[in-house]
Amino acid sequence: MQDNDGVLIRLENVSKSFDGEVILDHIDLEIKHNEFVTLLGPSGCGKTTTLRIIGGFVDADEGHVYFEGKKINDVPPYQRNINTVFQRYALFPHLNVYENIAFGLRLKKMSDEEIRDKVKSMLAMVNLKGFEKRSVTALSGGQQQRVAIARALVNEPRALLLDEPLSALDAKLRKDMQKELKEIQKRTGITFIFVTHDQEEALSMSDKVVVMADGRIQQIGTPVEIYNEPINAFVADFIGESNIVTGIMPRDYVVTFAGHSFQCEDAGFAPNEKVDVVVRPEDIDIVPLDQAMLTGEVTSVTFKGDYYEIIVDIDHFKWMIESTDRVNAGDIIGISIDPYEIQVMKRSEYSDTFGDYSSFSDEMDELSDPAPEEME
Amino acid sequence: MKRRSLLQRFAAAPHIAWSVLFIIIPLLFIIYYTFTDASGGFTLENLSTIASPEYLMIFLRSVMFSILATVICLLIGYPLAYRIASMKPRTQRIAIVLVMLPMWLNFLIRTYCLKILLNDQGIINTFLGNFGIEPLKLLNTSGAVIFAMVYNYLPYMILPIYTVISKMDQNLLTAAADLGCNRFQTLTKVVLPLSFSGIMSGVTMVFVPSISTFYISDAMGGRTFSLIGDTIERQFKEADNYNVGSALSLVLMILIIISMSIMNKYSDDDGGVVV
Amino acid sequence: MKKVSNIYTALCFLILYAPVAVMILFSFNSSDSIFSFDGFSLQWYKSILNGGEAVDTLINSLVLAALSAVISTVVGTAAAIGIFHMKHKWIKNATMQVTNIPMMNPDIVTGISMMLLFITVGTLIKANILGFGTILIAHITFSLPYVILSVMPKLRQLDPNLTEAALDLGCTPMQAFLKVELPAILPGIISGMIMAFTLSLDDFVISYFTTGASFKTFPTYIYSLVKKPFKPNIYALSSIMTVAVLVLLIISNVISARGESSGKPAKVKKQRRTRKEAQE
Repeated sequence: MQDNDGVLIRLENVSKSFDGEVILDHIDLEIKHNEFVTLLGPSGCGKTTTLRIIGGFVDADEGHVYFEGKKINDVPPYQRNINTVFQRYALFPHLNVYENIAFGLRLKKMSDEEIRDKVKSMLAMVNLKGFEKRSVTALSGGQQQRVAIARALVNEPRALLLDEPLSALDAKLRKDMQKELKEIQKRTGITFIFVTHDQEEALSMSDKVVVMADGRIQQIGTPVEIYNEPINAFVADFIGESNIVTGIMPRDYVVTFAGHSFQCEDAGFAPNEKVDVVVRPEDIDIVPLDQAMLTGEVTSVTFKGDYYEIIVDIDHFKWMIESTDRVNAGDIIGISIDPYEIQVMKRSEYSDTFGDYSSFSDEMDELSDPAPEEME
Repeated sequence: MKRRSLLQRFAAAPHIAWSVLFIIIPLLFIIYYTFTDASGGFTLENLSTIASPEYLMIFLRSVMFSILATVICLLIGYPLAYRIASMKPRTQRIAIVLVMLPMWLNFLIRTYCLKILLNDQGIINTFLGNFGIEPLKLLNTSGAVIFAMVYNYLPYMILPIYTVISKMDQNLLTAAADLGCNRFQTLTKVVLPLSFSGIMSGVTMVFVPSISTFYISDAMGGRTFSLIGDTIERQFKEADNYNVGSALSLVLMILIIISMSIMNKYSDDDGGVVV
Repeated sequence: MKKVSNIYTALCFLILYAPVAVMILFSFNSSDSIFSFDGFSLQWYKSILNGGEAVDTLINSLVLAALSAVISTVVGTAAAIGIFHMKHKWIKNATMQVTNIPMMNPDIVTGISMMLLFITVGTLIKANILGFGTILIAHITFSLPYVILSVMPKLRQLDPNLTEAALDLGCTPMQAFLKVELPAILPGIISGMIMAFTLSLDDFVISYFTTGASFKTFPTYIYSLVKKPFKPNIYALSSIMTVAVLVLLIISNVISARGESSGKPAKVKKQRRTRKEAQE
C-alpha cells in the first residue's frame, strides 16, 4: 500500500456518459486524508456523479479510481471503506433509530454489547440521546439528518460522502447543521466529501473547494483562493457576486477596461492579450468625482441591511457596487479600484456568457440556480 | 447506467419463459386452429362458417346485450359510487365492503340465486301471487339475461368510479361552488369530467366479461339467447369442433381489441384505458 | 334530494343482496328443494360436517388456490423486480404487454387457448394430461399479472437510495434485497398473494377448460350440478364462505383504519382489467 503525500482518493482521467450525454469529461482529482472537500457546481455539472463513482454506485466509463493507492474501479460499494449520507437520508423505514444506526455493525457480526456502546456514543455525538426506540418516520428533517450521519459514521469509514445533505432543511437549521458537520469532521478526522450547489455553504465549511461545470473541474482551491482568484468567468460568476468585463493587458501589471487603464498585480500574459477582468462589488470604492477612475450614473439602490447594493451605469455597462455610502438613483458618482482588488483571468469558453447587472434581481438569481437536486 | 445485481438482471427470466410457454404459444394455437381443418390442412372455411347469418346473429346479440348491460351498470353504478364517496369515511368503508361482498359468492351460485328469484314459482312471483297477480314470465327472457349481467358485473363498475371520485381533491368541488356552480352543475362540470378515467375502467371491466360470458344466458335465457361465449363453449365441449371454436375466439378477441382502441381514442392520456 | 339518494342507495343494496338473502335462507331449508322453503333446519350445515363431494372439491379449491398463490407470488415478485430494472424500455414494455394479456383477454379465450396447448401436448405424449397439473399452470398464469401489478408500484415508490444505503453500509446485493427492499415491498407482495388466492378460488371459466375429470374445483363441481338440481348444502357451504369473507374484510378494514386514519378504500377483491395500473 503506497501512501503518497497523504492522498486518500485519486480519480484519474475519469469519464462518464449517460445515454450519449457526457456527464464527466476526463476528471482528475486528489483528495487527502482528513480533508473537508466540497464538490460545488450548478445542477448537472457532474458533482453527484463524481460522488457516486467514489461511492461505487456508478461505474466510470473510462479512467481509474484509487483508494489508498489501490485501484477500486471493480470493488462493489459494500466492500469499500466509504460511507454515504444520502440526499433524502434513505433511512430504513421499517427499522427504528437504534436499528438504523446498528445496521452496518450487525452486518459485521459485532457483539451486541459492542454495538450498543457504539450506537450510544454515536447518538450522543449527533445530539440524539434517548431517541433509540423512535421510529425514523416520526423524526423531523434535522433529526433524520443526524441519524443518517450517525448511521454512516458508526462504521468508522475512511471517507464520508455527503450528497447535498442539507438541501431539505430550512435556512436556520441548515446553518446550524453546517457548523455541526464541520465540528464532527474535525473531531473524527474522517475525510468528508460534500456535494452542494450552494456556494456559501461550500465556502464556509470546506478546506478545499472543487468547482465543477459541464462535467469538468474548473478550479480546485481553498475557499479564499476560489473567491479571490477565480480562474475563469464561470468560477467568478458562480462564487459570489462579481463584475466581469472584458479587458486588454497592454503589458504586465496594467490592464485596460471600461476605457481606463488600471494598475493590477497580474502578469504573464502576452502583450495586448484579451482578458476577462473580475472586480467584486465590495471591492469598489465610491470616491469624489475628481479622484474617480471611472464615473457613471446610479440606476438603482437597494438597502441590504449592512450595506447598499448600488447599480451604476458606466459606459452602458451596469456595475454592481456594495457600499455603506449612501447615494441616490440618478446621482453621478466616481469609483476607484485598488490594484489588488482586480483579478485578471485568461479568456475561456465562459467569457462573455455573463452579462452585466442590467436585468439583475434576486429572483432572477434564484431562477438561474433552480433544482436543489441533480437528476442523474 | 447503474450497476444491476445478478438478481435484478435475471429475476424476470422464469416469468418470461412462463409467459412464452403459457400465454404466447396458446394464443398461437388459437390462430393455428382457426386456419386449419380437422386434418391440419390450411383452410378459410372456419371463418366463412362463422360469417353465416346464424353466427352473425349471435355476435350481434352479444354485442347488443353487453352494451346494454354496460350502459345500465353505468347508469345505476355512477350515482351509487358518487353517493358512497360523499358518505362519512367510516360509512364509506362499510358501504364498499358491502358492494364487494356479493362478488365473493361464486358467480354460478349468484346466477342460480337470481334464477330462483325470477322463477315462475320463485319468490317474486309467489309474492305477487299473494295479491292475486298472475305469475309474470321473468325467466327465459332477454331481460333476464341482461339483468343477470348487470347484477354480476355491477360492482366492477362501482369500484373504479368510487376510487376516482373519493380521491378527487375536495378543494376542486369547493372551488366550483365558489365560482357559482350549484350541486348539479358541480357534478356535471367538475366531478363527471374528472371521473372519466374511472368510468372508462368501469366500462371495460363490465363490457369484456359481459361480451364473453357463458352460462349466464344459458341459465337465464333458457338457451334461446345464445351468446358468443356459449357458442364457443359448445364448440369445445359438445361439438368437439376446435377449429370453428378457435375462429370464434379469435374474432371475439379482435372485437374486444377494436372496442378497446375505440374507447382509447375517446379517453385522454390519463384515462388509463390501454389495451 | 338527500332523501331520494338515500332511498336509491338502499334500493341498490337491496337488489345486490336479494340473491344472497335467498341463498342464506335456503341453506336453512328443511327440505332438499332449492325453490320452495319448507321450514327451518340445520341439516345442511350438519351434512357439511359429514364431508361429501362438495366439501372435497372445496378443499381441492383451497389447496389449488394456496399453491398457485404461493408460486405466482414468488415468480411474479421476482418478475416485477426484473422488469423494473430492465435497461431497455422496449423490452420492458413488450414484457409488460405480454404479462397483461391474461388480464385483458376474456377468460374464455385464455381458457381455451391453454386447453388447446394441453391437449396438443397430451396427444404428443399419448396421455390425457388435463388435471391438477394443467389447472395449476393455468391459475398461476392468470394470477401472475395481478401479483406483478401489485408489487410494481411498491418498487416504484422504493427510494433507490435505500438500496444504495444498504450496500453502502456493507450489505451484499442479496442482503440488501432481503434486509431492505423486501420489507419495503412486502405489503405489495402480500396483497398480490391475497389477490392471486381469491382469483384462483373464484375462477370457474378458465378452470372449466383446463382441468379434467381427475380434479374438480368447487366452482366446476357446482357447474356439474347445475344440470341436475343441486341441494341446499351448496348454499350452506357458500353461506359459511360468505360470512367468513365478511369477517375477514371487516377485520382487515379495522386494521387498515387503525393503521391510517385516512379514508383509504378497502382492498378491491378483483381489479380485473383496470388498465390504469397496467400502464408502465
